[in-house]
Amino acid sequence: MRELKIFAVVVFFSLLTYWLVEPYAHHQMHMKVDKDGKEIVIKSHGFTYDGTDDIAEAERKGDAALVTKKKAFWADVKTVAALKGNAAAGETVFANCIGCHNGANINMGGVIPPNLDHSGAIYDKNYLIALIKDPAMAGNVDHKYADTSLHPMGSIKFTVSDNQQIADVVAYMQEKKAGEVTPKEAFTEACVRCHAVRYTKTTQLGDTPKFKHKKDELAHEIKVIEEQDLVKAYMGNLPPDLSMMIRARGEHFMETFIENPQGQLAGTSMPRVGLNQEGYEKVKEYLTEAGDPSKKAREQLGPWVIGFFVFFTILAFLWKKSMWRDLH
Amino acid sequence: MAHFEKANSLNEWMDQRIGLNTLKRVLNTEYWIPKDINFLWAMGMVLAATFGILVISGIFLLMYYKPDTNLAFDSVNYTIMAEVGYGWLWRHIHGIGASLVFLIIYIHMFTGIYYGSYKRGRELIWLSGMGLFVAFSAEAFSGYMLPWGQMSYWAGMVITNLFSGGSLEAYGLVEWIRGDYVPGDAYLTRFFMLHVFLIPLVIIGLIVLHFGTLRLPHVNNQEGAEIDFEEAADLWKAGKRKESKVIPFSPVFLSKDVFVMGVYFILFFYLVFYNFNFAMDPVNFDPADGLKTPAHIYPEWYFLWSYEILRPFSKDVGLIAFGIAQAALFFLPFIDRSPNVAPAHKRGLFKYWFWALIVIMIALTALGKLPPTDPLFATLGLIFAVAFLFMGPILFVITMFEKKIEKGA
Amino acid sequence: MENEQKERRDFIGMALGATALVGIGGGLGFAAKRTWDPLPSVKAAGFTTVDLSIAKPNELLVEKWRGKPIFILKKTVDMKPNDRDILIGTDRFHVSIGLCTHLGCIPAYKKDEHIFFCACHGGVFDASGIEEPGLPPPSPLEIPPFKIAGTKLILGEEGPEYKQMLAAGITV
Repeated sequence: MRELKIFAVVVFFSLLTYWLVEPYAHHQMHMKVDKDGKEIVIKSHGFTYDGTDDIAEAERKGDAALVTKKKAFWADVKTVAALKGNAAAGETVFANCIGCHNGANINMGGVIPPNLDHSGAIYDKNYLIALIKDPAMAGNVDHKYADTSLHPMGSIKFTVSDNQQIADVVAYMQEKKAGEVTPKEAFTEACVRCHAVRYTKTTQLGDTPKFKHKKDELAHEIKVIEEQDLVKAYMGNLPPDLSMMIRARGEHFMETFIENPQGQLAGTSMPRVGLNQEGYEKVKEYLTEAGDPSKKAREQLGPWVIGFFVFFTILAFLWKKSMWRDLH
Repeated sequence: MAHFEKANSLNEWMDQRIGLNTLKRVLNTEYWIPKDINFLWAMGMVLAATFGILVISGIFLLMYYKPDTNLAFDSVNYTIMAEVGYGWLWRHIHGIGASLVFLIIYIHMFTGIYYGSYKRGRELIWLSGMGLFVAFSAEAFSGYMLPWGQMSYWAGMVITNLFSGGSLEAYGLVEWIRGDYVPGDAYLTRFFMLHVFLIPLVIIGLIVLHFGTLRLPHVNNQEGAEIDFEEAADLWKAGKRKESKVIPFSPVFLSKDVFVMGVYFILFFYLVFYNFNFAMDPVNFDPADGLKTPAHIYPEWYFLWSYEILRPFSKDVGLIAFGIAQAALFFLPFIDRSPNVAPAHKRGLFKYWFWALIVIMIALTALGKLPPTDPLFATLGLIFAVAFLFMGPILFVITMFEKKIEKGA
Repeated sequence: MENEQKERRDFIGMALGATALVGIGGGLGFAAKRTWDPLPSVKAAGFTTVDLSIAKPNELLVEKWRGKPIFILKKTVDMKPNDRDILIGTDRFHVSIGLCTHLGCIPAYKKDEHIFFCACHGGVFDASGIEEPGLPPPSPLEIPPFKIAGTKLILGEEGPEYKQMLAAGITV
């Protein structure tokens, strides 16, 4: 039928245009290529960490010494991961951590050390091991430091140096610092030391309390600005507010960026935070609640509205047919 | 004073005072549309419906939006999207509507070009339609500024910079348009005024004019046949519906329109609920920051073809080419020298010209978004931009030699 | 007679039309033009005067001008001179818009290495604002329009020194 043929032509050109300006153009815009112009495909690897990305990056840079260093580091991590940790022994080692990770909200060398209450639940085991061995290497930000022990947490490798100790403390965290974690807790522990979320009234100092007096409110604001200045001095720039990040970046970008920030933004000062799958899901849930709270309502309402218009269209078709029946 | 009888019904009462029955007859039941049409003839009413949807959703958004550079972003993304009941729905509808209205405008335009519906008495239909296209473009651009995200700010920066006229360096004009050295508060507020008041007013006026221009030359038909509308109307009124070449606007033509609208609304709401990023660019969910240029600055898809005509040339040539491209379509009825009002497939070389135009416009649209840093895309951009500029002269020549089609023989 | 009267009527009608058009149209147009002009407060904020005498060698001063950060660096003797420098007496200054020419991040000045370093994608500019080749930034840091007035610099006005640089094509 002629009308259907015309419809097919219209649909074809519309879809072609859509494909060109959306999937194809966006792929071309965000595509990353190596030195030989070959595309680098960035894929999520389920929030587990074994240094594959880091080694591949070093290889692309053509820096043989760096490749060796990265390989050796992640091989070490693997060795420790194979050890059986003793949680009870780990508890004494953990005392080293509490010195800084104490919830006192005091900036130490750039950021406020995060609370570790759910560290066993939201972070990957390999990542925790890597972090204790060398935080800059674990975060894949070693390029920022001439000597990785200059990292604010860099001295950890002198306090906890024994492989068995590392295995113990990680076992302790996975056993005792796990448990049920809310999206807010996961987000606060993993992200808030650098990122504010103004839609949930969260700053680098945590929740913004309600103040009775303007004076107290301003005093708090000043404290926030001072903290932000410290973070800025440490990171180079103030890390962005994450209120709308869930809408501003696609799911794919979020996943792969959190797994390895250097992959998506080479040279960025953001370290890898080492979230595991559960940790990521919780953080995502929190950001969705902040930046796209209507998602649920949208997905629920969608089928009803579309269903209504399908019904409407069927009726309209019958009406049209009755009107045009005796015309030809 | 005129003589009035007592009315027996509300209808009669109204009829006595504003001639309701005459209005109904003139605008609906005896407004004759050719019978030989297809669904593309419904695009006008689809556009009217989409405009209505944009007005309605816009009214709801207007109640919470704040035209202030400090408040605009959060009033949209927090107040409207998170707090206002169904605020998110209005915004999604408004965003999708703004994008789809252009899809339908383009389909409507190409339909007009394909069937030659811009000639022999129908020139004003085309011109008022092009006026609407320009007004809708201004409406879309001013609306795009309002959420005050990164793309709003930088698109505003780039587009207003065009008014510096390249080497003319008329920065005074640019600053006058902005009311500031960079897009700021004065800029946002004046574009807000344009978007919610002045341009909609112009659009409504132009829609009335566009409808008005249809009245005497009547709507075209699939074969471009000349119809004696009075004779055909008499046949219809005499009950010879099969023999008559026309149908009344209401309810017969409208019944088909409503069905097409239904199909369109299924697509519309699928996009509103499930695939909205193409119309609401994620980059615009980053707040405007004059200190940070986004990696890629590109306009919405419907402006890409003209943007691409600007890009591949040097600054001044680009601006001139851009200016020509904007104005060229207006002159279509006068560039086309052929007297034939017929579908493109019956018009010899014009058929190839039409499909070449489609291909060029789509290619330009795609290349407008593809990174020009790639030498292949840059070259293709130049080729298609030049090709577009040649389409006018080519049309002039091929239609001059087009064979006259004998009708009714 | 009648014809004459008609002509007269037509003339008066046209005169009224023209007066209305010129008066109301012109007045409205002029008012509209003035209403859309940048406000005095906006204009005043468009020119920033910086006192260069307070600058210390190798210490970066950051000023704000038209919503953009402006870098001012007094060069030390061991820094390489460049045509892009602003000379005041014997002192050399590097003045530029402090936005990385790659994606517009604000680079930081590293005192010891005498470079501007952009944390976003690792771009590097030397003390004259020239980009290090092989890194993301495509061009040097941009020099804003300036006018020298004694030891002061007025940003936003185009002085002869700036016009010279502009003509030489080294402001960007």
